[in-house]
Amino acid sequence: MSNESQSVSDSLQRNQFVARKERLYAWLIAGSAVLTILVTVGIVLALSVNALTFWREISPIAFFTGTNWSPKIAGEYGVLPLVSGTLLVTVCSALIALPVGLAAAIYLSEYASERVRSILKPALEVLAGVPTVIYGYMALVYVTPLIDGFLPIDATVIPSRIQILAIPDWLPAISGFVLALPEFTLVVPSLRTFNALSASIVVGIMIIPMVSSISEDALSAVPDSLREAAYGLGSTKFDVSTKVVVPSATSGIVASYVLALSRAIGETMAVTMAMGMSPQMPYFPNVLKNLAESSQTITAAMVQIAGADSLGTGPTFEAMFALGMTLFAITLTMNVLAELVRRRFREAYE
Amino acid sequence: MSNNEIATDDGIDGATTTDTASNTLDPSGDPLVDHDISVEGSDSRSASSGKTVIESRNLDVYYDDLQAIDDVSMAIPARQVTAMIGPSGCGKSTFLRCINRMNDLVDSARVEGELRFDGQDVYEQDIDPVALRRRIGMVFQHPNPFPKSIYDNVAYGLRVQGRDGEVDLDQQVEESLRRAALWDEVKDQLDKSALDLSGGQQQRLCIARAIAVDPDVILMDEPASALDPIATSKIEDLIEELAEEFTVVIVTHNMQQAARISDRTAVFLTGGELVEYDDTGTIFENPEHQRVEDYITGKFG
Repeated sequence: MSNESQSVSDSLQRNQFVARKERLYAWLIAGSAVLTILVTVGIVLALSVNALTFWREISPIAFFTGTNWSPKIAGEYGVLPLVSGTLLVTVCSALIALPVGLAAAIYLSEYASERVRSILKPALEVLAGVPTVIYGYMALVYVTPLIDGFLPIDATVIPSRIQILAIPDWLPAISGFVLALPEFTLVVPSLRTFNALSASIVVGIMIIPMVSSISEDALSAVPDSLREAAYGLGSTKFDVSTKVVVPSATSGIVASYVLALSRAIGETMAVTMAMGMSPQMPYFPNVLKNLAESSQTITAAMVQIAGADSLGTGPTFEAMFALGMTLFAITLTMNVLAELVRRRFREAYE
Repeated sequence: MSNNEIATDDGIDGATTTDTASNTLDPSGDPLVDHDISVEGSDSRSASSGKTVIESRNLDVYYDDLQAIDDVSMAIPARQVTAMIGPSGCGKSTFLRCINRMNDLVDSARVEGELRFDGQDVYEQDIDPVALRRRIGMVFQHPNPFPKSIYDNVAYGLRVQGRDGEVDLDQQVEESLRRAALWDEVKDQLDKSALDLSGGQQQRLCIARAIAVDPDVILMDEPASALDPIATSKIEDLIEELAEEFTVVIVTHNMQQAARISDRTAVFLTGGELVEYDDTGTIFENPEHQRVEDYITGKFG
């Protein structure tokens, strides 16, 4: 009797070797998770420590409100021209990529036959795989000459005789020139070799696959029962796509937009090559001039610092981290906003 | 083929003897009566059912090489509930989806023969399926409200058809919800997402959405099969009321349901064959065919 109970308890006994193995796996898996978190935290810490060192020497107020970025020559560290350069490229590339990317996604998901889709989708992925340095090169060598040749781009859009009457007084940079008429005409100057327009175009093309690929996944995930319901109510294919499928996939589409915009904000190589390195406050009211002129983004300025001889010492070097913090803050804000939008629109389908 | 025709003819013959409902419509004005089935059935229909709204003639449907509907000819009367019953895979849903050309969405589907709505062959070249579906609404097996507000769900059809300017949208939404017996439950939360409703409420919302555009016919593909018994009985009550204004064609797995709510019943058996089509009473009490009786009494299928 006691013998029997002995063997039963044996078979139920925990196998020490298996138990240790299980514990080891758990630690390995947990370690991988912790590693990614540690790296993220480390990056933020390194950024903020160096950035704080920088802000002890250069006041944050001067940094965030300064309109002149000239670290080497004038020793001025105003970040606004760089932020405006980044926003310029982001907004203009978004104007291209968001509508075109979504339209491509709708085509792939709703209109394309299985055969067309099987060719187009991989082709889009290839577009996403082109190294960004090639995009920069394309902008410089092909896009700029093409646009410059096609458009009579130095023609005056609004005759200089017509004064723009309402010039806000709160723009100090402008109010001094009220009588200087040429400043107040919408003239599109001819493109510089380095210009924001071609940079925006290539960045826009660069992020189209991101928008279309992720949006297409979101659109395809909309259940067919909703399409059937819409068709059953006498919808055309376009109605079904735009009034039912796209609204039902809002959260995924917003996610694709945010990822694409984050990529545009962080894009470095193409904008450095195509847009040049001349930090520039935005021109106003002649906004079109912004596109024709060279400018500099936050990322391009960081490349410039990192490529300089003075690497490792001094406020110029530490400015790189302040710029990194600024960039990080912008993308973080974007992601938080996107998450809020996604929560607002998230729908279970049934 | 000839088997089917005989079966259908017999079915309508049978109606002559059993049907007691009255109808004032004269079928001689019906352009469809010259067809062999209708000729034989026309006498009975003058006394029984309404004018034919939908009629199939020798309809075959294939999915690639698989035949889903085999030479089906039947006439569906106006403002009545016509039920289609039969075992899984017998083609009853396929037949339903031919009526408003929802099968167009299935690439492999191919339709032969004629299917007439209001005397017009809906598979003719110049027929626009979008226009057709505006007159033939549909309710599906699983409730499929759009992820929009309750109001926007009901208003969708009118908006997409560009009729939201012609009618008082608020009033039309309220009336549709009332006719779908849902108004009292949702009148204070029209802005709420339709997905927050219960399954039965969602299905009634889908019915409200379908009737809001005022179609002639409502097709229902097992509308209660995903619902609990209480929700089911509400839907059944609703269907009987709807038949006063609309022609209702309903596919169901549930024979008791067909017996309870339908005026006429079509029995499809395996292979997409319409074996018998007659007044519901006749089908359930005195079917012509042994196979139908076996199916109904549970010996087969």
